[in-house]
Amino acid sequence: MMKLIIAYIQPDKLNDVKQELFKQDIYKMSVTNALGCGQQGGYTETYRNVMNEVNLLKKVRIEIAVTEPFVEKTVKAIIKAAQTKEIGDGKIFILPIEDVIRIRTEERGEQAIG
Amino acid sequence: MNKIIFGLTLIVCTALSATSAFAEDAVPATPPAATETVAATPATQAPPEVKSLPAEKIVAETNGDGTTVSQKDENDTFSHSLTAIWLLVCGALVFFMQPGFAMVECGLCRAKNANNILMKNVLDFCIGSVVFFFIGWGLMYGKMGVEAGKFIGFSDFMMHNSGDMLSWFFQVVFCATSATIVSGSMAERTKFTSYLVYSLVISAVIYPISGHWIWGGGWLSELGFHDFAGSTVVHSVGGWSAMMGAIMVGPRIGKYVKGEDGKIHVRAIQGHNMALATLGVFILWFAWYGFNCGSTLSGLAHASMAHVAVTTTLAAAIATITAMFSSWIIGGKPDVSMTLNGALAGLVAITAPCDVVSPGAALIIGAIAGVLVVLSAMFFEQVLHIDDPVGAISVHAMNGAWGTISVGIFGNLAALGGMHTRMGMIGVQLLGVVSVFAWVALTAGTLFFILKKTMGLRVPAKEEMRGLDIGEHGSEAYSGFQFFSNM
Repeated sequence: MMKLIIAYIQPDKLNDVKQELFKQDIYKMSVTNALGCGQQGGYTETYRNVMNEVNLLKKVRIEIAVTEPFVEKTVKAIIKAAQTKEIGDGKIFILPIEDVIRIRTEERGEQAIG
Repeated sequence: MNKIIFGLTLIVCTALSATSAFAEDAVPATPPAATETVAATPATQAPPEVKSLPAEKIVAETNGDGTTVSQKDENDTFSHSLTAIWLLVCGALVFFMQPGFAMVECGLCRAKNANNILMKNVLDFCIGSVVFFFIGWGLMYGKMGVEAGKFIGFSDFMMHNSGDMLSWFFQVVFCATSATIVSGSMAERTKFTSYLVYSLVISAVIYPISGHWIWGGGWLSELGFHDFAGSTVVHSVGGWSAMMGAIMVGPRIGKYVKGEDGKIHVRAIQGHNMALATLGVFILWFAWYGFNCGSTLSGLAHASMAHVAVTTTLAAAIATITAMFSSWIIGGKPDVSMTLNGALAGLVAITAPCDVVSPGAALIIGAIAGVLVVLSAMFFEQVLHIDDPVGAISVHAMNGAWGTISVGIFGNLAALGGMHTRMGMIGVQLLGVVSVFAWVALTAGTLFFILKKTMGLRVPAKEEMRGLDIGEHGSEAYSGFQFFSNM
């Protein structure tokens, strides 16, 4: 079984999360900037003294594809680094992966993931 | 192919004939200009002990040859006007250093702090010029009784009795240059309000008092200390303040990280826009022609102005080259921001000696400045662990000191007033460097310490991570763009 772990975290926690993952021998990931809203709500900016409600907040999205034994390790590492117990810490989603194909070698499945 | 060669030959021939035609035109004009230059050199290169306008003196001399009163009046007005035009143009050029600093510092910061650094650069000029009017000018160029005080001037606040508008305008832009140096070294973590208080104090007290010692007729100028356009007066004062500020505010989060092995690792925090940083350096270089050439303080000192322009150009150019090669040898690649620092280092170093050294000596001074800035930046960053995002300490403090000492090493002793032997001159310059360092370290250190204990110097960690733009100013510099704000 292979899983895709998608985590949305606070942008300033990215370095901590990366370091914590490295400690668990998890090196492969994709990182993108994301905008989103959830429980945290928005915040206000002001521009030329005019209030500007910003409700899409900056988050960082990390995607990691792992085999079953790595799932819990990955989740724990992300929580350990990204948790402040304050609203806005983010979410982790775990999805099943049907197949993985490495384009260079055409390997499939667990051979392609690592 | 043949066509291309023919075309090229044609272009070269045209260019050659044009050059020779120009040369023929130019030849008859050259000799008188050259002799004039030689004759004028000793007079115009005398050290400007007191930075006031020498126009009166020149008119008095020319009146000795039997000219009529009306002619005298005419000469008088003419030379005053020339000086006024020259100093106003140069003063405006020095003012243009403000956008230069703003662009350099903005480019070398991260995108999330761009608004904050721009605001600091705008506000330090504005606060500085207002308090320089109320307090600074009086302390720097005021008198103590009838004479210029040894350590401090104390008259003419708000210019109420001299009304020397021209000198005030030319001096206020120098004061602002000194004040704006600090924002770079304390960038990305300093509270906006505390920075405003700092910029008020440096322009009101710190800069004017040490400036009085050197340009206002104080004790250092009496000793024959020479700082033509302000390597020490302007740049070292700003640079040492920058150092005290950077020490007191501490490094940015993520700059020095303690590893698993217990050692502290130095991380590079990259600036977000090297195009802005480069533009800023070119603007500063451009403005430096006003800074140095205008410090002749006279519209009649044409030989001196040109001499200063040449030494300034050469020192900056060679310093850029040596800084690039230093970073190339040490780091393996020619580093952009170190090379940019090199240009500024050469300019800072040549600022004190530009009128009393030959172009050859300017090349040596600049070459050393370029190497010095790279080594110094690495020393402060990697050995002392003082976090200076733009290299302000190495550019302004270290090279300000080097430029000031280089006056003693390479300066023409006769042009320096002939008061000292070579070793004596070096000694006087060293004394100036050390005493200004002590003054600034003490006053700026105390100021930042008090600010730290009362208002607080630093923004909260959370705000620093998110960026000072939102925390301090409520809006972003690059709205609509996406950045990794963890960086």
